[in-house]
Amino acid sequence: MKKVQFKSSYSQYLFLAPQLGILLIFLYWPIIQTFKDAFTMQDAFGFGATFVWFDNFLFIFDDPAYFIAFKFTIIYSFVITLITGSIGLLLAVQANNVMHGKSTYKTLLIWPYAIAPAVVGVMANYFFSERFGLLYHLFHELWGFNWYESVFDSYIYVIIAGSWKQISANFIFFLAGLQAIQKSVIEASMIDCKNSFRRFWTITFPLLMPTTFFLIIINITYAFFDTFGIIDTTTIGAPSGETRTLVYKAYMDGFRGLDLGSAGAQSIMMMLIVLVITIFQFRYIEGKIHYN
Amino acid sequence: MTRFITSSFSHLILLIGILIMVVPVWMIFASSTHTSSMINMNGLQMFLGDSFYENYLRVLLYQGGFFKEITALKMFFNSFIMATGVAILSVVTSLMAAYALVYYRIKHATLLFWIIFITILVPLELRIFPTYSVMAELNLVNSYFGLIVPISASAIATLFFRQFYKTVPDELLESAKLDGANTWRFFVDFLIPLSKTMIVAMLIFMFVFGYNQYLWPLLVTTSEQYWTVVMGLKMMSGSIVHRFAFVIMSMVPPILIIIVLQKHFIKGVFQDK
Repeated sequence: MKKVQFKSSYSQYLFLAPQLGILLIFLYWPIIQTFKDAFTMQDAFGFGATFVWFDNFLFIFDDPAYFIAFKFTIIYSFVITLITGSIGLLLAVQANNVMHGKSTYKTLLIWPYAIAPAVVGVMANYFFSERFGLLYHLFHELWGFNWYESVFDSYIYVIIAGSWKQISANFIFFLAGLQAIQKSVIEASMIDCKNSFRRFWTITFPLLMPTTFFLIIINITYAFFDTFGIIDTTTIGAPSGETRTLVYKAYMDGFRGLDLGSAGAQSIMMMLIVLVITIFQFRYIEGKIHYN
Repeated sequence: MTRFITSSFSHLILLIGILIMVVPVWMIFASSTHTSSMINMNGLQMFLGDSFYENYLRVLLYQGGFFKEITALKMFFNSFIMATGVAILSVVTSLMAAYALVYYRIKHATLLFWIIFITILVPLELRIFPTYSVMAELNLVNSYFGLIVPISASAIATLFFRQFYKTVPDELLESAKLDGANTWRFFVDFLIPLSKTMIVAMLIFMFVFGYNQYLWPLLVTTSEQYWTVVMGLKMMSGSIVHRFAFVIMSMVPPILIIIVLQKHFIKGVFQDK
């Protein structure tokens, strides 16, 4: 904290009021409503709601579709994090290596970050449509690819669509991380270790740990929440619900099924997951990495 | 010699990366300049056709939607209002809140800190229906206000500004106090000019964030008059080349902003001078 500050006075509330006001009305109020939904059940005609304790939660645990969505979300976040992280790192290391054209490469790799997930999904659609999709036909030639029926193939479809733009974000952050490493450290390591491959894994990569863990969280959040637009414009859950993320399923249950109790309970389950990941990040990972 | 080989290897990898990024978008663009019958017969195209003006003008001015009440041009207008609104509202409120958190000796500072920052853990997707019912209760469905404000209820920028203020040397406030600046003057005359890079970076970030919203506009606009570009992609009908053209146009504004303002964006987010 600052050593020099203003004394507490009424004016501090003028500075806080706009944000606090918006958060209270448009964030805290809906969150309270979410909890209310999760513990009540609407009657069939929408006239009233009764308090049902944990029934909505027990109900989603009984629902096989919930576990299918859960499994997919875990696999999806893991694979997207792995793919976009490693390609992003590979490109960042190369861009950091080259003497000429560094900023041109940066510009040419940064822009997909700005495209909306839903737009990426619509675009991916054209490459995976049965009618003239190039990737559809390429993969179909190779192993009989058919995402309308095969779960594995539909995974490939949404993973490619989901990874594409996220490579950019990983690239930008890894490049910034690499550029922040002091020249002297790299020069010293060059004397000690002639093998550039080993040098990277023993010196450079450990120094990138803060960036890596930050990106893991960013990528997981992306796979959990931002991919809604991608799923909704590509498979819509095809073949039969196997490519629905938890967010997508909660939305469909609330919107199509008008089951707000279940949607609320599912939201609270996701809040718990996010909370666990965050605590894990702060407790176990932040303490174990070296910051330069 | 080895230097030359490793550097050519780097260029090769980067080139492949760029191709993976550029080729899909290029093919949709090239295909959008052909006629529908051409696409239906021969699939996606690698080279430009000669229906560019025809297709793009048609998409911009065509009355679409279920009730044929909205043009793509109007959607771009709506998206622009929404993105600008989100950027300005969230950046201004965050700038002020972060100022109070860092520069005041507040009584329940820790509590306030948590009230504000725990919200980062609860993205809109997790409270989408209750947010909708709140908006319905406040009569804000189908309005620009309804599109903008729930998206601006975000403490991400506050986190960045708070981080930035903490790096500002204490001497700045000391000298400002000697000059007789009160809290408001210090904020406006000293701190805001100093945070310019950070402000620009956050404006860009929040603009793109607002422009790219999909689920919220889908839910909160039942009247076609308030449709935005990104959600409109799913709603608009039309032949295949018109869809291609709409997809390409929809990505132009955020990409242009990121490329043109790239330096400010990176400078602000990573705080490198």
